[in-house]
Amino acid sequence: MDKRIRVLVAKPGLDGHDRGAKVVARALRDAGFEVIYTGIRLTPEQIAESALQDDVNVVALSLLSGAHNTLFPKVVELLKAKGMTDVLTIGGGVIPDSDIPGLKAAGVSEVFTPGTPTSAIVEYINANVK
Amino acid sequence: MNIVEGVLNHSRLALSKAITAVENEYDEAVSIMTQIYPHTGNAYVIGITGPPGAGKSTLTDKLAKEYRKRGKTIGIVAIDPTSPYSGGAILGDRIRMMDLIADEGIFVRSMATRGSLGGLSQKSGDAVKLMDAYGIDVIIVETVGVGQSEVDIVKTADTTMVVVVPGLGDDIQAIKAGILEIGDLFTINKADREGVDKLNIEIEMMLELNQENVEWRPPINRTVASKDEGIQEVVDSIEEHKKFLFQTGKIEKIRANRIKSEVTAMVNDRLSRYVDKKVVATEDFANTILKLQNREIDPYSVVDKIVDSVLK
Repeated sequence: MDKRIRVLVAKPGLDGHDRGAKVVARALRDAGFEVIYTGIRLTPEQIAESALQDDVNVVALSLLSGAHNTLFPKVVELLKAKGMTDVLTIGGGVIPDSDIPGLKAAGVSEVFTPGTPTSAIVEYINANVK
Repeated sequence: MNIVEGVLNHSRLALSKAITAVENEYDEAVSIMTQIYPHTGNAYVIGITGPPGAGKSTLTDKLAKEYRKRGKTIGIVAIDPTSPYSGGAILGDRIRMMDLIADEGIFVRSMATRGSLGGLSQKSGDAVKLMDAYGIDVIIVETVGVGQSEVDIVKTADTTMVVVVPGLGDDIQAIKAGILEIGDLFTINKADREGVDKLNIEIEMMLELNQENVEWRPPINRTVASKDEGIQEVVDSIEEHKKFLFQTGKIEKIRANRIKSEVTAMVNDRLSRYVDKKVVATEDFANTILKLQNREIDPYSVVDKIVDSVLK
């Protein structure tokens, strides 16, 4: 066996600020994960289909535009529709605390807001990946 | 879900899960590949290699689109290096291919090189076979042209394309790198840069000195992949090479060689795992190392003894 945790790092929607996503991608690589970095301005369909083709264990979404309540649940929904039922979906960005319960109810496992150390994301993935 | 049936019935999820089984060396991988094997051998395999930053991913993206226009389905296996420090990897080839994703006729899989055991060529070869059995027409394997195992992978393709860019150093660099010999065709990407004519001449001169190029003279195409320039000509050249291989019967030789190198690699891999487990991981071996360090014995006799015991 030579199993590695594979994580798709993606930015859905119209938001070009990718510094945070790149820092997270780097930290996940340094933690020994295989990170598929897909870049900015993606549709939920592009993200879900990439997750399927690369058979990732985790989809990590980064968003700073405020459209997370629409786009994060859409990605979760498409992943399910494609049969990717064992994927852990996590989100990050400037997300108000009041939005987090709704996102979790929609199937986003955890939300990481500004100030989170990257090690917390690594620990969360290691503890929760299926 | 039965994975093998899924792959043969064009389930993208099954194809993806099957590649994971091979990549992660799950127990079912052998059974999957055994059942898949009779359904392979129909796809045309293109290997693309070149130095980092030459534009291989962008070029692959454009070639895939051109092939789609010509009615072919496309599989892409994009290989990026694993960090030797953390064992992790950033697989960034997909970023150049995101607008392929909405097309059901294209399947892209990113792979990391992972360990140094030499299993990479087997795993990428199995990924190609799975895409082949799924029914994909043309499969592109794309990898950085550094390191023996990466070069081995593209070398076994039906058509191997080497991508170069102007301004990476003089012709000695090109000879030193050793990847120029394997090209059935050459693509000078970023051909809007300075130095493109000089590079063209250098490749021509190198081809001139190669005795093997009597029947097939590797064409040199120029592209600016980011601007979609020269892409049709590259696909035309690939198709010409394919025609040449089939007309001369050389395709059979290439594919026999591929099978030979695959099986040899599998045997070597199995043996080296056996040696790791039965010899290297033993206490006896640790003692032998100590004796060697104290110069009580010599490595040659040790190797003889080990090989005799393993082969008996």
